[in-house]
Parts: sequence; C-alpha cells; structure tokens
Amino acid sequence: MESKKAQATPLWRNKKVLPILIQILFVAIVGVAITIMVRNVQTGLEQIGLKIGLDFLNLKASFPIAESLISYTPEDPYSRAIIVGLLNTLKVSIFGIIIASVLGVIMGIARLSSNWLIRSLATVYVEVFRNTPLLVQIFIWNFAVFLPMPKIQDASSIGSFYFSNRGAAIPWFTFHENTFIWIGVIVILAAAAILLYKKLTSISIAKGKSTHPIMAVIVFLVISFILFYFLLGNGPFGISVPEFNGTAFVGGTSLSIGFLSMLVALSIYTSTFIAEIVRGGILGVPKGQTEAAKALGFKSPTALRLIIFPQAIRIIIPPLTSQYLNLIKNSSLAMAVAYQDIVGIGNTIINQTGHTFEIILIMISVYLLFSIGTSLFMNFFNKKFQLVER
Amino acid sequence: MDNVQLNNSEKMAESTSLSRLVKVQLWLKVNLFKDWKNAILTIIAAMFTVFIIVRVSNFIAESDWSVVSANLRLLMVGQFPVEEIWRLWIAVILISVLFGASWGLWRGVIGHVAITLSAIMLIFAAVPYTESITKLYLGVSIVSIYLFYAFGRKLPVLKIPVLILWILIIPIAVGIINGFGIIEPVSTNVWGGFLLTLVLASVAIICSFPIGLLLAVGRRSKLPVIKYTCIVYIELIRGMPLIMILFIGQLLLPMFIGGEIQIDNVLRAMIAFTLFSAAYLAENIRGGLQSIPRGQFEAGQALGLNHFKLMVFVILPQALKAVIPAMVGQFISIFKDTSLVAVIGLADFLGMAKKVAANPEYLGKYMELYVFIALMYFVFCYLMSHVSKALEKSLGAGNR
Repeated sequence: MESKKAQATPLWRNKKVLPILIQILFVAIVGVAITIMVRNVQTGLEQIGLKIGLDFLNLKASFPIAESLISYTPEDPYSRAIIVGLLNTLKVSIFGIIIASVLGVIMGIARLSSNWLIRSLATVYVEVFRNTPLLVQIFIWNFAVFLPMPKIQDASSIGSFYFSNRGAAIPWFTFHENTFIWIGVIVILAAAAILLYKKLTSISIAKGKSTHPIMAVIVFLVISFILFYFLLGNGPFGISVPEFNGTAFVGGTSLSIGFLSMLVALSIYTSTFIAEIVRGGILGVPKGQTEAAKALGFKSPTALRLIIFPQAIRIIIPPLTSQYLNLIKNSSLAMAVAYQDIVGIGNTIINQTGHTFEIILIMISVYLLFSIGTSLFMNFFNKKFQLVER
Repeated sequence: MDNVQLNNSEKMAESTSLSRLVKVQLWLKVNLFKDWKNAILTIIAAMFTVFIIVRVSNFIAESDWSVVSANLRLLMVGQFPVEEIWRLWIAVILISVLFGASWGLWRGVIGHVAITLSAIMLIFAAVPYTESITKLYLGVSIVSIYLFYAFGRKLPVLKIPVLILWILIIPIAVGIINGFGIIEPVSTNVWGGFLLTLVLASVAIICSFPIGLLLAVGRRSKLPVIKYTCIVYIELIRGMPLIMILFIGQLLLPMFIGGEIQIDNVLRAMIAFTLFSAAYLAENIRGGLQSIPRGQFEAGQALGLNHFKLMVFVILPQALKAVIPAMVGQFISIFKDTSLVAVIGLADFLGMAKKVAANPEYLGKYMELYVFIALMYFVFCYLMSHVSKALEKSLGAGNR
C-alpha cells in the first residue's frame, strides 16, 4: 500500500492531464489541416489574380432573371440579384410548405381510414412518391407534363385558370384603397368572434345545455361580412382574371413552368413524409384515449378533432420541423429546371466572377439563418402545445 | 350502436364456417360500405382508381418505348467500354451468389430481395431488346441465385464465409470493375448510368460509416473542443442543401487540395457525398447511443474496462444494432440523392437519361424515359424500405 501511494501516476494515464493533451493534439491537427487548405486557396487565387472580398457585390450583374418579386434589371448590382434569388427561394418554399402540409395531413388521416379503398389509395400515393427521387419527379413535371402543354395561343383552360407551355395564368387578388380598412375590420371581427365563442362555451358549460357556439360564430361572421360589404361598397380585395390579348395574358398572375414544377414536385414529395409523420403521431396516442372518447359517446370525427389530434400534434411537431427545413433545402434543386432561386443565381455569379468562396459563404449563412429561424419558430410552437404537467 | 354491430359481425366472419359469399359480403360491408358516407366515398374513390388505371395502362400500351430499349446499355452502364463489360457481369454474378446463399441460410426478408432481383433480371432477359450475350449473363445470374439458395439450405456452415463476403463485397466489386491493378483499370470517367448510381451510393455509405461513428462518439465526448468541433461540423452540413455540398466538392475542393493533385469529377462527388452522409449518419448513431441505458456504461466501468474497450465491446454493438433500420433509411435517401449529380453534369442514371433526352432522335420522349428511370428507382427503394421494416420488426422483437 505504502509503495503504491508513493508512486506517482504516469503522465499518460493522469486523468487531469490526458484530456488537455488530447484536445491540444486535436486542435493542432485541425489547425494544420485548415492552414494548409487556406494557404492552398490563397496561392490558387493569386495565380488567377483574384482577391477575396465582398466588393464585387456592387458590380453590375448584367444577367437577366426571368421572374422576380422585386423590380430587377441586368443593370442592378449582384447584391440585388442575390436578394431576388432569396425571395424566389422563399416564395416556392412558403407555398410548398402550405400545400405539402394540407396534402400530408389529408393523406396521413386517409392512411388510417376504416375504408379499405381509401386506405389503399393513400398507401399507394405515399409509397410511389416517397420512393422516387425528388429530382426525377421534378424532371417529370417539368419536361413531361408542363413543357408539352399547348402553345399560349390555344392554352387549355379550367375556368379562369389557363395552362400553356409558358406556364400558368391564374386569377389573383388585387388590392384597392378599402383593403386597409377591411384588414382592420377583419381583425376586430375575429376578436369579437373569439370572445363570442368563449362566452357561449362558458354559458353552455355552466348551464349544461348546448348553445351551438360554432354555429353562432359562423352566423355572426357571415352577417357582419355582408353588412360591411354593403357599407364599404366592395370586398376586402378585388380579383383580377387573366385574359389573353393576342401575345400574352394580362391580369391575374402568371406562374412560370419552373416554378410550377418545383411547387408541385416539392409539395407532393414532402407531403408523403408529412403523411407518415401525421399517421405516426395519431398512432402514437395511447389507444385508451380513443376508447375513453368512445365510452364518453364522442363521434369518431369529433374524437379525432378534440381528443386525438391535440395530443398527436405534440408528437408530430418536431419531425415536421425537419421536413419543412428539408423542403426549403430541397428547393435548391430549382436550378435544374431554370427557376432561379438563390443557389441557381449564386452559381451564375460564381461562373461570371469566379468569387466561389464568398458566394458559397453567403449561401451557407442564408441557409443557416433559415434553419435557425425555423427551429426557433417551431420551438416556440412546441412550447405552446407541450403537455402541462404538475 | 354502430360499433357494437361492427364488432359482432367481425367475430362471426372469423369464427363460424360461413359460406364464402357471405364472408365476402361481410368484408365488403365492414371495409367499404359501413354507412352511407363511406359508401359515397368508396364509389368516388373507385371511379378515381379506375380512371387512373385506364390512363396508366393506355400510356403503357400506346407509348413508344424505343427510347428506353435502344439506350438500355447507355442507361445502365454509361460509356463503359463494351469489351470490358464482362467485369461488371462478374460483379453481378457474385452479388447474385451472395443473395442466393443468404436467402438459403437465413430465409426471411432476404428471400424477398433475391426473388425480386431474379424477377428484374428475368424481365431484362426476356425482353427482345437485350443482346444474346447479355441474356446469357442474366441467365447465369438467375441460376446462381437459385443454385446457391439450395446450397445455403443444405450447408449452414457457409454462414461465416458469406457474412465476411458481404462485408467485403463493395471493395471486391469495385476492385473487379476497376481491374485490381492487375489488368488495365477502367477510368471512373466512363462509369455511368445505373452503375455509377450504385457505386456512388455504396461508396458514400461505406466510407461515411467510420466518419459518422467518430462524429457521433465525438459529439458525446466530455472534451469540449472535440465536442463542439463535431457539433459545428454536423450542424453545418445538415443545414446546407446537398446540391451546395456537391458544388463545394466540385469548385472548392480542388482549391483546398491545391494544384498538384488532380482528382476527377466522380471522385469529387464521392467525397462530397461521403462528407454529407457522415453528418446524417452521425445523428442516427447518436440516437442509438442515447438509447443505451446508463447502467451499461456503469457496469462496463465497474468491470474495469477502459473507455475504448467500453465503447467497442459494450456500447457500440448495442447502439448500432438499435439504429440498423435508421441506417437502411439513410441508405435509401443517399441512393435517391445520388440523382443530384445529374445537376453538376455527371452521367449517373438520371444524368444519362438527361443526355439521352437531349438527343434530337428522341425528342419529346421525356415521359417514357423518366417514367422508366422513376420505376427503377422505385423498385430498389421500395425493396430497401421493405427490408428496413422487416429488420425493424425482427430487431424490435427482443427489445425492452
């Protein structure tokens, strides 16, 4: 015992020294690797005669962008082109997320239907679209579905929706001077409706008699809408319908082939994953909950809405977040079908200027912002729906 | 009331020996026509189904599939030189032998894969467009599946050698295709089509496994420098779209490595996929590590194992077993994602289709071409997800 105590622990087994040594070694290896890479980049750039810096962003872009949410001409600087790309990414992502969520929830519930045919159809939908690569689907929509559409002169139409090989022309909202008043009216009406619903519900709980709160709210909203419509003379927004003037469609809004194929392919592809998440979430609610709801005399849709779904949503939200992020990231495939999103425009700028490093850094930071933003929003949402425990 | 009746009728259908007609009627009533709402839904869905089936069968019957049949070799192997194609067939036959033998040895879900593979090969052998030498090779592959199935059933001693072969199959197959350095190697530049897709996916998943493992263990490390380096790497890669990582591989990698070493496009894509896949794999493995109860660590420490031995012999075997289904899922998504190299100009399965579609001879044949591509991807992905589900069930059986 005595001799052992006297013996000092060797350095290479000392629990205090060892971790520090390992970390220093690790930092050294990583540091050397990064230094070599940076030096290589520097020598490489010197050979071509390029300097790293963001000054080039103020130069004239001199390439056209087919569709843009803000005004853009080839005279504008590169920085504006990047913003146009960013907005295009956001545009396809936001609409994609909305459509994918709706489709996904419908398909997820359909997969659990007691109706055999509906269940099988939903299963086939999910398996087919989940097991083929997104890029193949985008190609099919773009090259095999939308491009072979008829010429713009004899565009095929469904109502006021026109489809041609230049894209779709659809009716869209227009705003006028009363729109702002209407927004205020709608906010006030919504607040009033929520108050009415709460009041009626508490009355019905207190008296033990149904006061039909939902019906009352709907009637209230419809009547006040009609009232305000006649008071203000027009609706919250106008609707402009596309019309063909011989060379192009005027009015409404037009969607390019690239945007359409991205939107359709992204929504369908992501909706299959959302369907699986929704299905898993509903199945994840303990069976006793369904049985208890039945024992209390709930009808099946009511039980789903009031008892199963609020519990399932807690299981659903975390994986749903990552699906939304996947959709945003997958929207970068747009460059394959000439829809100019941020990655496509970044690629054009790299080809024109050779500032690979800076552009890629800009794109990385944009996508990191997206992911941080989405996860912050979803964490907030998650907190709201968390189980309230003691 | 509805539910009570439903339960009764179900019981009757199971227990009593009713005539077949009554059983069918009961099944229809329970599954399709429970009430009038369901009946309407069923009728609408049935009309929709019939419409889709008619449209699809019309499309299959009326389209001109020559764009696929004439370019089949291009789509499958790309510009691979014809006189060297026997190397590919040796690899295919080897894989068939392995599938056949494992089917005989273990049965179960491997059998489904083997049967589907032989069915695909039979279809390719049966269509009149393939050359007779191809038909011969395909025939040999099919026969070897069933032959080795018989061997596997009779000789359980083969289990260990087959397992070892499975682990080594990808290096062996790539070695055969590349010539092992003995015979003239075929440059990766001419690898294309479905071959390139398979090679990219396999190389990515195999090379990313050790990296992913290290990252996963590193992320749970107690040493802050290592931990945060791993976290930054994983989150950075997972935050970026794959297409950007491919761009980084194509544009920045040569800059990082410097002018002296030349690496070709295929190798760059492989490196990019490996780095990408490692981050996702690391998260899968971390999930497995987290599922291991603390007691296992403590028991290992109590037995006097050092950290390395504890990880290798106690924790990782359990953690990896738990994440096998997730890793199969990862393989499926990597397999699908390899199609992205078409955007950066490589001629993988989809990239080859893009090139064929650009041929003026086949103008406007997009639908036939891309539907064929989609179908091939679908068959392989569906097969893998089927295997993953079966694995999940068989592994989950022993779970706590």
